[in-house]
Amino acid sequence: MRHLLSTQDLSKDDAILLLDTAAQMAATQSREIKKLPTLRGRTVVNLFFEDSTRTRISFETAAKRLSADVINFSAKGSSVSKGESLKDTALTLHAMGADAVVVRHWASGAPHQLAHAGWLDAAVLNAGDGTHQHPTQALLDAFTIRRHLVGLRGGAGGAGHPDGTGADLAGLRVAIVGDVLHSRVARSNVHLLHTLGAEVTLVSPPTLLPVGVETWPCRTSYDLDATLAGWQPDAVMMLRVQRERMSGGAGAFFPSPLEYTRRYGLDGRRLALLPGHAIVMHPGPMNRGLEISAEAADSARSVIVEQVANGVAVRMAALYLLLAGERDDRADAPPAPAATEGTAL
Amino acid sequence: MSPGMPEHTTGRTTVLGAQEIQRALTRIAHEVVERSKGVDDVVLLGIPTRGVTLARRLAERLAAIEPAFDPAHSLGELDVTMYRDDLRRHPTRAVGVTTLPAAGIDDKIVVLVDDVLYSGRTIRAALDALSDLGRPRVVRLACLVDRGHRELPIRPDFVGKNLPTATTERVGVRLQEVDGGEDAVVISGRGPADGADGDAGAGVAR
Repeated sequence: MRHLLSTQDLSKDDAILLLDTAAQMAATQSREIKKLPTLRGRTVVNLFFEDSTRTRISFETAAKRLSADVINFSAKGSSVSKGESLKDTALTLHAMGADAVVVRHWASGAPHQLAHAGWLDAAVLNAGDGTHQHPTQALLDAFTIRRHLVGLRGGAGGAGHPDGTGADLAGLRVAIVGDVLHSRVARSNVHLLHTLGAEVTLVSPPTLLPVGVETWPCRTSYDLDATLAGWQPDAVMMLRVQRERMSGGAGAFFPSPLEYTRRYGLDGRRLALLPGHAIVMHPGPMNRGLEISAEAADSARSVIVEQVANGVAVRMAALYLLLAGERDDRADAPPAPAATEGTAL
Repeated sequence: MSPGMPEHTTGRTTVLGAQEIQRALTRIAHEVVERSKGVDDVVLLGIPTRGVTLARRLAERLAAIEPAFDPAHSLGELDVTMYRDDLRRHPTRAVGVTTLPAAGIDDKIVVLVDDVLYSGRTIRAALDALSDLGRPRVVRLACLVDRGHRELPIRPDFVGKNLPTATTERVGVRLQEVDGGEDAVVISGRGPADGADGDAGAGVAR
């Protein structure tokens, strides 16, 4: 692995290696001394063109726990707000000697551009691009699911290991509910969970399912009650209703927040439809009272807070696997800015 | 590098057989008891992969010598991958498992167990890892084979066999639990022509 751009590029072996490494990283995070010397002297730049608190803090924590130096670069109040292009920002980061760039961008594909345009030779980690992908979120979701549902059961080839280390998610059913249209989390999860052998059903109002969803490796439903009661998912992942991406106000996609809550919100009644072992997930930040009720969010089945902790372990694993080993192209000449044709962005 | 070339048939010597490995471990177990004046507070930590197996075997012997020794509470494994100083010289290594006895290692007599002691860099990494996990009263080092060529001021306390080698040679340890077949310590690559990495099956000290 050279970059982590999309869960679609991950093979099953890559994904399981990431999850297994994350399990070891998580084990170190219960120690008194959480810091490891592994990435000492490496520089990780958090390049955030879009507001994010939890993902940035999670990446920053992960990098610091591995002893890397962290530089935060946010678009607000920086050269970007003065009109600097992605290319010039990348060349600046290259000149500063960044070993990894964690990028969040409002444009789908910006991390890919950064990784492949030849502007810099750092490893690129996608921390969310537009409505495209958010691979570390999907990995931490898969990690959480595996920990709870494979480790405890000891099934699915887990060989009885308490964490489910080495196992995939074969046979597990995951319902992803809500605003799929704007959700890079849903996209990333559908591909990763499919790669790991789980079955996924997307539950969403017709207006919030993207065009072309029928080509995704999952099934879709418009009816949450029927899915929960009839399909009996092992995990329910609630998505945030992304009002900031709904240009016409919430009314453009569904009649009213109240109607959305009635049809697609997770509450205590719907929780009771689930099998006893099922877990409730949410990538955060939650709109309590809209897609999830306080009762569901705070129930014993909710693993939402644990997802945050697992996020640090998964991001440590990604940084470790991308940065710790040798780089065959290290000695090569740095990319010559003049040689790359002017790629418009 | 030419893996798969049959060069390891030239100059491949078994220096320790199964019997000798058993005897060496038994002797080390007695030495551990003697040095520690009993088994109180003794914790064995194996360094993956084969050090873990050796630590397990040592624990059985300690329990046989001193019934007070409880392997369930005095045996662990210490993965040093994230503390290595050569991570950037190799393809990414998988991170292994670290498990400590429930009581931890504070104020214990920790005996690190590894298969082959060579440059000492693995042990340096293990010492760094230990200091992040607690503060043992004493740290000692047991190895099945000491092949010399230390690059750091580190020495073993318990040695199965001192094995003078040339740096061009490779020392492989095969253990039944890990590699299948009979236990053996094998030197390969005797003779200047052999630089082949043909011994992928066995643990090779780096």
